[in-house]
Amino acid sequence: MAAQGARQVMSSDDVRRAITRIGHEIVERNHGTDGVVLVGLQRGGVWIAQQLQASLARIDGVGEVPLGALDVSFYRDDVGIRPIVPGSVTDLPGTLDGANVVLVDDVLFTGRTVRAALDALGDHGRPRTVQLAVIVDRGHRELPIRPDYVGKNLPTSRHETVVVTAAGVELA
Amino acid sequence: MKHLLDMGHLDAMQIHHLLDLTDHMVEINQRPMPKVPALRGKTVVNLFFEDSTRTRTSFDTAARRLSADVMNFAVSSSSVNKGESLRDTIETITAMGVDAFVVRHASSGAPHQITQWTTASIVNAGDGWHQHPTQALLDCYTIRTRLNRTTGFDGLHIAIVGDIKHSRVARSDVQAFNALGARVTLVAPPTLLPPDISTWPVEVSHDLDGLIGSLDVLYLLRMQRERMRDALVPSLREYTTLYGLTPARAARLQEHALVMHPGPMNRGVEMAVDPAELPGSTVLHQVANGVAVRMAVLFELLGSGGEMTADTAADSPDPSQAGPRS
Repeated sequence: MAAQGARQVMSSDDVRRAITRIGHEIVERNHGTDGVVLVGLQRGGVWIAQQLQASLARIDGVGEVPLGALDVSFYRDDVGIRPIVPGSVTDLPGTLDGANVVLVDDVLFTGRTVRAALDALGDHGRPRTVQLAVIVDRGHRELPIRPDYVGKNLPTSRHETVVVTAAGVELA
Repeated sequence: MKHLLDMGHLDAMQIHHLLDLTDHMVEINQRPMPKVPALRGKTVVNLFFEDSTRTRTSFDTAARRLSADVMNFAVSSSSVNKGESLRDTIETITAMGVDAFVVRHASSGAPHQITQWTTASIVNAGDGWHQHPTQALLDCYTIRTRLNRTTGFDGLHIAIVGDIKHSRVARSDVQAFNALGARVTLVAPPTLLPPDISTWPVEVSHDLDGLIGSLDVLYLLRMQRERMRDALVPSLREYTTLYGLTPARAARLQEHALVMHPGPMNRGVEMAVDPAELPGSTVLHQVANGVAVRMAVLFELLGSGGEMTADTAADSPDPSQAGPRS
């Protein structure tokens, strides 16, 4: 699956450890997992949110926290500018009123997806807090958005592509 | 995709793409506040030269749920009655700044002609006996969800019964069902079949009783009273006896079979049973799905921002597709 000239910057073990560490940080920040709802962004964040859910269950030992998936295609500010292909359908575990939502995505880049996600969440309730977890923060923000939990800060140029899978992180 | 004029212009991949998009719209419509900002700042004009409350309302609702601005252009109160030509009407409204026209017209081909006079996208909401593509898409979506056929209609047997000759719904449905792989049989008296029927990808039968037990979908068309005046059918009662869904026929339907109708129904004519008592009746699902399908079409034309290609239409679950996003 390696693209030509791709360089591996995190191994599969690195990704697994990063997810486990982020799990610990979520438990620490929220004093447990009460009220925590994991919301993976379609599509790249969904599998990471699933692994975080398993990780939180191991750490806290009180069962699984609610898990959802969010598609932000209809909230983007670049509708009509670039092709938008929705991922899978939004599927949230009930209302988000009062929840501590942790948005989960693979890569944080310009911040526009996260902005769209904040708008989208607002149509599903009023969370008490919204936190952001990403495996890779590659910089080049265009909006005042910062992550709460980061797997790895990765300096990149704008033209590079970052691919995050369970097999590792590649920069091409 | 710039316009939606004719189901014959879409291949199976493009139909599947629009139906996948419809899944998202159904989710939006189920929310307590069913509205997203996707088409903010876009203007959609409903231009109906023929009466249609349900289709116009459906498009109107679809555009508003995507936050588009909607202009409803009622022909009865417009300059068309003062003798303005279709071309002048289109050019005048285009000059106001419009992104899409939703057009219904009694003349076949009118929506296609309009594409020559404006840069806006055109959605055909029914032209003469020719095409009604959003009806075909919502019918496909209804079958896909009710019979759980996400990947295609291979092996499904669909009968379309009634006035095929004067039906734009039948023309669009035949193309769509055929593209998705279904076997389509048309059932009608010879007077209500089009003369070029041999070129359609269908089988033809005059015997509904002979095939009703093997159908997955029974699609009933509206029997219009003016056909009696033209002496194409001897009487409504005879039509019901030969081609209507009577209680005796309903009892012979397979358990999973769907009974569909584009509306408005003639109760006691083509629908001689109460559809509310048919477990397979999809009539109200079709209406609800109509809004979602029209949202998908408007989003595809105005919001997706690029040509639909094999690459962008593929619904790949590969998470690496999401790599270069923010």
